[in-house]
Amino acid sequence: MKALKIIQELENMEQAGFSRREALTKSLHFGVKTALTLLPFGLLLKANKSYAFTGASAVDVLNFALKLEYLESEYYKQGLAAAGLIPASDNAIFSQISLHESAHVTLLQGAITAAGGTPVAKPNFDFTAKGAYPDVFTNYATFLTIANAFEDTGVRAYKGQAGNLLGTDALTVALDIHSVEARHASAVRRLRGQKGWITGKSTMGVPAAVYGGTISEDNVMQGGVDVTTVTTSPAASVQEAFDEPLTMDEVLAIASPFFA
Amino acid sequence: MKDQKLQDYLETAIAAPLKRKQFLKYGAISGTTLVLGLGACKKKNDNPAGSGITDVGGGDIGILNFAYALEQLEAAFYVQVNASFYAGATTEEKAVLSDIMAHEVAHRDFFKKALGTSAIKELTPNFSSINFNDRTSVLGTAKALEDTGVSAYNGAGKYLKSADYLLLAGKIVSVEARHAATIRDLLNPKSKDFAGDDVVAPATGLDFSRTPNAGNPSIVATANSFLTTKISATQLP
Repeated sequence: MKALKIIQELENMEQAGFSRREALTKSLHFGVKTALTLLPFGLLLKANKSYAFTGASAVDVLNFALKLEYLESEYYKQGLAAAGLIPASDNAIFSQISLHESAHVTLLQGAITAAGGTPVAKPNFDFTAKGAYPDVFTNYATFLTIANAFEDTGVRAYKGQAGNLLGTDALTVALDIHSVEARHASAVRRLRGQKGWITGKSTMGVPAAVYGGTISEDNVMQGGVDVTTVTTSPAASVQEAFDEPLTMDEVLAIASPFFA
Repeated sequence: MKDQKLQDYLETAIAAPLKRKQFLKYGAISGTTLVLGLGACKKKNDNPAGSGITDVGGGDIGILNFAYALEQLEAAFYVQVNASFYAGATTEEKAVLSDIMAHEVAHRDFFKKALGTSAIKELTPNFSSINFNDRTSVLGTAKALEDTGVSAYNGAGKYLKSADYLLLAGKIVSVEARHAATIRDLLNPKSKDFAGDDVVAPATGLDFSRTPNAGNPSIVATANSFLTTKISATQLP
């Protein structure tokens, strides 16, 4: 009987314009999940079956991500507020990036709270990195360089945590953020006159650690295969074709000078 | 209980923008000059045996073969683009399209080697719907292929059982996203389109993710619209 009710509810929601998956998701949200075992097999297949990750490790990963998103979000907020810094021609790109980074902060805060964790507080920042970049908000070239560093580091940071979220919905969220950071990185790099992709460890003014690490960006070994030996693409292109991960510690070492 | 709450939260976050994005996404694809093959749209063959359809298989290997199929498609497309650039292609555009070709060829060759005897066969593309001498047709197709690639890797990620394969997929998907942003910037320079609201939900800042058979047309159907040798993914979501 319960199953029938659920199916009816799903059908109602579908008629109301929700997709089957959305309807099911929303039903789960309303707490009817315990009755799911009564659902016909076909429907059950569409339900989410992955509960492999523990709250603790997911929260750790999400809080790590939140810290980086605070950093990026605050950086663009201040950059956009700095008079005369960002040329009008580039404003649309940075406004869009800023919008996304703020949304990531809100999303991750909500996810951490929902998991029973406590979102880390927003740190204080020093975007001069203890004086290394004193003109970060007055010199557009410097602003672009640090933006480039943050975005490429963000891509590598999420990539490095994917394995810890294996088989989970938190993974999909992380991946869906990860590719957005990569879109941002591509756009910022192009504003600097760079290619949208990372060629080896070529830094072009970005701190070297951003492209270094245990597996550095010039890596050509993938899944035990030296890719340069199985393709006609040149070695530099093989390096570009695969982005590499950073560990949590490697990311924090890059980011720490920017925390006050 | 805590996990359950997180699960619910995340599912809502992922699902909420889906409907709107699907609409815009497919609008974006059909808005280009590509014509989806009617055969690919109409036919749904769940029994590939003897049908000439290549099924990518199941499990992690199925997901990797699905990726291999998409990479084959992308590589073949950019090889043809580079063989004779469209009229008026700028130096920058040629450099971008040449780089992307080299990346996609590397992806394709890597998957072929890594999958070994488990690899699906080499697929024969059919690009008759693309006008390779027309900038809008070429870049519009490139945009659709790259965005589709991003959403496919993003959507497949959570079905992978192996952390090693997941990392590999992660290494590739961000490069596809870099491509997508660059192509989008060529089409609409210095606008917000590089991560436009049609692919990245403004409310959550999340990119699009999709499983092989989800949506209409599905990624499988879209891929088949560019393939003479059709594929299926009957053992994947």
